[in-house]
Amino acid sequence: MNVILQDYFPILVFIGIAAALSLVMVLASLVAAKQKPDSEKLSAYECGFDAFDDARRRFDVRFYLVAILFIIFDLEVAFLFPWAVALGDIGLFGFWSMMVFLGVLTVGFIYEWKKGALEWE
Amino acid sequence: MNFWTNIVWPLVITVLLILAIVVPVLIGVAYLTLAERKVMAAMQLRVGPNLVGPFGLLQPFADAVKLMFKETVIPSGANRVVFVAAPMLTFMLSLVAWAVIPFDAGLVLADINVGILYLFAISSLGVYGIIMAGWASNSKYAFLGALRSAAQMVSYEVSIGFVMITVLLCVGSLNLSDIVLAQQGLWFCLPLFPMFIIFFISGLAETNRTPFDLPEGESELVAGFFVEYSSISFALFFLGEYGNMILMSAMTSVLFLGGWLPPFDMAPFTWLPGPVWFALKIAACLFVFLWVRATMPRYRYDQLMRLGWKVFLPFSLIWLVLTAGALVAFGWVPRTA
Repeated sequence: MNVILQDYFPILVFIGIAAALSLVMVLASLVAAKQKPDSEKLSAYECGFDAFDDARRRFDVRFYLVAILFIIFDLEVAFLFPWAVALGDIGLFGFWSMMVFLGVLTVGFIYEWKKGALEWE
Repeated sequence: MNFWTNIVWPLVITVLLILAIVVPVLIGVAYLTLAERKVMAAMQLRVGPNLVGPFGLLQPFADAVKLMFKETVIPSGANRVVFVAAPMLTFMLSLVAWAVIPFDAGLVLADINVGILYLFAISSLGVYGIIMAGWASNSKYAFLGALRSAAQMVSYEVSIGFVMITVLLCVGSLNLSDIVLAQQGLWFCLPLFPMFIIFFISGLAETNRTPFDLPEGESELVAGFFVEYSSISFALFFLGEYGNMILMSAMTSVLFLGGWLPPFDMAPFTWLPGPVWFALKIAACLFVFLWVRATMPRYRYDQLMRLGWKVFLPFSLIWLVLTAGALVAFGWVPRTA
């Protein structure tokens, strides 16, 4: 417990300092600069005319698809981290287990490729 | 007494150490912006900024002061808190990652044994600042820019993960100092050369730099996810982005270019101390970043996605399997215990 605290304490302080630094910069600018807002200045930028409607509207479903694919592969990477570090101790059995796992994922990857999930036309 | 020696004194020392990292990083960021303008000017046969101070050396500070005294515009349709928090988050994350970077043998703020995992986590969080900015702005350009940027960063992160694991296989430790020390004699950029290239190009995509600067795409999205930002909020995004570039170069140096190690362990090379070698390697990587910006045209979005998912992902996966197979077959796997 104490060792963990000693190792991670500087990171915690670092996060605090970084947050304080950015907060101070934002506040200093708010105080230092003259604020003179008007309704034209505060409207969202849209090539010179008033914004037609709310910007939060439907968007392409492919962005969702990318996010889902990312979750699958990032989990795969997360599995690989401990495996890569421990490969020397788990021997051939560990190696082939991961190869089977990667093989299954590769089948899925080929399927989604053939299905056209990676196309952006 | 116990309170002072156990809590306050270590805290003060930690704060001083952190400032010793943050201040050089911020100065580095400031001069990276100047270096970018100077290098690009030289490549385009121009002079570049040369009026503020000798050779324009005070230009970054003039820019910072100018941005500081600009009005903070928060659009009327925006979510105010998220809008202000997004650039602060981006800036914070680009600084916080430096806690685990080793500058020399033993010269590291937090020598945690999962250093590379920490770096991976922090660089993954970077996408939050962008999504928050794009969503909170309530502007169409910002929204499109944020979507593109998120999809792009997420796509290239997968191959970055595979590349990191390939390096881990050769080291057998998640500690960054161990990774550097494992490269004594042979830097990983030679045996893992293709992965080095993939890592660097993915780094370009991850930091939204030119060939992959679609999230900004001045000519179509004006400035992408930070169209609505002004004043110091804009500056924080800018600082965060350039800080991420330096961080990406530092990661490249640590993973592939032997960190603080000199190229040869011989007399003239060992005269320079480790941190100087480290800084030189970072500067070399950054120069390539700028060089690419001055040379390459922008990718189309479908090309970008194809490169990430159909080229880098399969290639890095195959190379990972090959590396693991070779290590196991020849009995080269490093043992941790």
